[in-house]
Parts: sequence; C-alpha cells; structure tokens
Amino acid sequence: MNDSEIADLYQELIVDHSRRPRNFRRLEDSTHKAEGFNPLCGDRVRVYLNLEGEVVRDVSFEGEGCAISKASASLMTESVKGKTKTEVERLFSRFHDLATGAVDADLAALGKLAAFSGLRGFPARVKCATLAWHTLRAAFEKKVGTVSTES
Amino acid sequence: MSALRVVKSTEFDLLAVRKDFPGLHQKVHGKPLVYLDNAATTQKPKVVIEALNRFYSVDCSNVHRAVHELSDRATRSYENARMIAKHFINAPSEREIVFVRGATEAINLVANSYARPRMKAGDEILISALEHHSNIVPWQLLSEQIGTCLVVAPIDDAGELIVEEFERRLGPKTALVAVAHVSNALGTVMPVREIVSMAHARGVPVLIDGAQAVPHLRVDVRELDCDFYVFSGHKIFGPTGIGVLYGREELLERMPPYQGGGDMIRSVTFEKTIYNELPYKFEAGTPHIAGAIGLGAALDYVSHIGIERVAAHERELLAYGTEGLRAIPGLRLIGTAREKAGVLSFVLEGVHPHDVGTVLDRDGIAVRTGHHCAQPVMNRFGVPATTRASLAFYNTKAEIDALASGIRHVQRLFAA
Repeated sequence: MNDSEIADLYQELIVDHSRRPRNFRRLEDSTHKAEGFNPLCGDRVRVYLNLEGEVVRDVSFEGEGCAISKASASLMTESVKGKTKTEVERLFSRFHDLATGAVDADLAALGKLAAFSGLRGFPARVKCATLAWHTLRAAFEKKVGTVSTES
Repeated sequence: MSALRVVKSTEFDLLAVRKDFPGLHQKVHGKPLVYLDNAATTQKPKVVIEALNRFYSVDCSNVHRAVHELSDRATRSYENARMIAKHFINAPSEREIVFVRGATEAINLVANSYARPRMKAGDEILISALEHHSNIVPWQLLSEQIGTCLVVAPIDDAGELIVEEFERRLGPKTALVAVAHVSNALGTVMPVREIVSMAHARGVPVLIDGAQAVPHLRVDVRELDCDFYVFSGHKIFGPTGIGVLYGREELLERMPPYQGGGDMIRSVTFEKTIYNELPYKFEAGTPHIAGAIGLGAALDYVSHIGIERVAAHERELLAYGTEGLRAIPGLRLIGTAREKAGVLSFVLEGVHPHDVGTVLDRDGIAVRTGHHCAQPVMNRFGVPATTRASLAFYNTKAEIDALASGIRHVQRLFAA
C-alpha cells in the first residue's frame, strides 16, 4: 500500500492551500515582480513583492499549476511576509533541503512549510514545489518599471 | 476475469500475447503495473529483445563493408529488416525505405533535403492544428532559413480537422502538406486519403507523420498515395533510436543527401564525391543496425498477430474506456473525434493533471500528463495540460477499470 505516501504528499494543509490559495492576487503597489515558467509542465507563476529596503512588506502571486505548485506558492507568501531578503534565502535553502530530502531539514524553523515533507518520496515533483521560490528570488532582483525580458 | 472475455471477442489470445511482453509483469509501488503510456513508447516483446541480444552476442559487425562472415550476417539481417518494413507499409520498393532515428529525424530530413533546396520565400507549408511539435518546429526552422510560411488548418471542438478550412488553405503557394495520420494528444484519425487527393489535385506533395498510426491501423502507402510517410520504431514495439522514412523513389532520387559521411557515397576524391544509390544516399555513417533488426522483429511480430485484430481489440477497448470515463462526474474528455485510435485524453475538474498522474502512478498506473509535445492543441482546448491514457493491443478491460477506479481515488483525495 502506498496510500500513506500519497497522504504524506497531499496533506490537508497542502490540499487546502491548493484549493484556496492565500495572497492569490496581483499586488497593485508592488515594487518588484518576476514570472516563473516550468516548460516541462506548463506551470506559470508571477510573484509580486512590496519591498521596504530588504524587508518583504507584502507579497502575492498569480498563476496556474498543480496542487503542489499552488500550495507551495501560497504557503511561501505566508512564510516570507515581514522577513528580510537574507532570512528568505535561508528559509528557501531549508525548504529545498526538505523537498529533496538531501539532508535532514530543520522542521521547527520551517513552520507550516514542513507540510511538504512528503515530497522526498516524489523527486519528479520537487520542481513543482520550488518554482514559486525561484521566482521569488528572481523578483528580488527585478524592480517594477525596469527593463525586463518578462512581459 | 474480464481479460478472458476479451479473448473471445477479439479472437486473439490476449493472455498469451501479454506473456510475450516481460515489461508488463511487474509491480510498481507495490501494485501490478497498468501500462497506459503507449503513445509515448510501447513495451517490447521478447522477440525484439532477443533479436537485439542475438545481434550483439552473435552477429555483431558492421554492414555493407567487409567480406567476412559476421559482416555478411549483419548486412543480411539489416537489409531483411528493410524488406519487412517495406512490406509492412506496402511500399513499392525497398529503395524507398530509409532507416532514420525516428519520425522526428525523418521530418527533418524531408525539410532539409526536399523542401530547402526547392522552396523559396513565400512558399507555404500546410499543416494541421493538431500536429506534434516534431511536425511544426522543422518547418519553423525552414521558415527562418529561407522564408517559407507555415500555414495551419484549424480543428473543431471534437478535435477533428475542418476539411473545408483545410482545403481553403491549399493555394497556389502551397508547396507541401505535412499532417499527422493520428494525433498523439487526442487520438484523432485524420482523413489522410482525402487530404492527399485534395493536395494532389493541386500538384502539392504530402508528408504523413505516421508515428501514432502504425501501431494501430493498417498503413498502405500505395493506397494512401502519399509522397512521404514517416514513423518511429519504438512506438510499434521496436527499439528506440530507429525509424523509417518512406519516400517516393522519384522524389528521393532528386533530393541531395541529408548528411555526409561513410556508406552514403560511391566514390570520394577531394575534387568530387559521387553519392551512393537509394536508400544508402540517406544513411550516412554506421546505422543503428541492431535497432533496424529489432524493428524488423517488431513489425513481424505485429504482422503475425494481425493488424486488423489489433485494431479490432483496440477499438473495443477505446469504446469501453470512453464509456467508462464519461460516466465519471467532473471528467471531461479532450478529443472526441468520430474516428479515434488509442488515446483517452482528459481533464478532471479542480485537479491538475500532474496531481492526477502522481496519484495514478502510486496506484501502479502509468499515464502521461502534460502537453504531450502538442502545446498548440492544449491552447486550442484552453487547458494547460491533460492526462493521457494511451492503449496498445496488450491492454485489457480490467486495466481500463483500474484506470477508472484510480481516477475516482484522485477525486476522493481532492474532494472539496
């Protein structure tokens, strides 16, 4: 029986966030934004940031994708609000460890993101979970109004 | 139990046939494998695996070169495979059967050796809206190189070609028609005979991409009257990396080689090279000898079962699957053409195909999820991706039932 692995992956919190994603909107007063695309599956995500110096004042996302990618983007926005860029980087690195199962991740430091622990049994789905994070990273570098290759 | 019923209705011994495919008899994630990803690639029968094994362990040698016994055996087996392929699609001559890496390479060969030297800026290549990327991108590359235009005939909501729209696009500038015989994403069987006669009435040659057709339907290139027909070996139970380009002899004769190298020449000096005769002119370098021999074994295997029996069994499976999936609330079939072969493509309300694929995989069911290398088809139906179950003659009604119950499992997991 592998229903337990499936249950580990699609935990209640993940299914809930995929069905009712939080911060799922365009951010009107964004200072930074970026778009991420996974050509393999067609998933798209746009991440909007309102930065005050290094601090994430507000964050939101739009896009379409699977339950894992939507829930990951949704929980990411909840987790990074109020954090500095450096703190976000550290959190992403922990999240990445959790998703790939490479090293034992610091579950306490991950908070709600620990719900993605079931990903380690599904290497093919790691990219779904990290797309929003990579896009967030790109957004830190992309000021709204600057020249960009993204539309 | 249902497997036994199938035996009676389609007049071939399904259980015996399944025994020929070692890959089918395994557990995946602790569940018996239900392999429904045949449009991506098929499992291989023992005869194919044994043919590869025999070549590499007993007959291993290069072809068309040496006088020794092994080379002679390899050459005979390789050329015998060409004869088998010729008979399989009823080509007039073995000179018209070129071994290539697959359907993709065959289309690129035609784009480079047929289209590029004779077409000019403004000439049009007419394709359909349900082509695989392999029958889109080579023509776009050609457009970039010499300024030809890609013209696309639309499909309707069922996924059928709108024949009048196709005909309207056949004009004085149309230099080539290139269409799939069967759509890989939807399973639509295209009206290829009608397409050929409309094109030929205007003097336009036709290439048919048969990658998804040969495993399911009888293909007779003389009856189709097409100018080029291409297919991949691995989708018809043969090895990967081998495929066939059929081309009319008079066209192939006039085409320059696709690649230069050994085996494709008759004589070489630094001043002038004389090319080899057909089909060797298009087979530069050491070919995939084992692959060709394996493909020959695969085609023989299918002929032995009988393509009509294959088609009849698959028709029954497809009808059974269509009915079964339609009965699932929240499931929408994508591609409902009157004539289909081998494909059940669908979306589930509120669940992304990737999540469907992951859950089905853990139930032992292999399907493809994504855009199936046919992004324009996905756009046409307004979906980013679908889940695709694709059939081969070794599939059973019990496996279709397993798919249906897997889908219900998905729905339970994601129920609101």
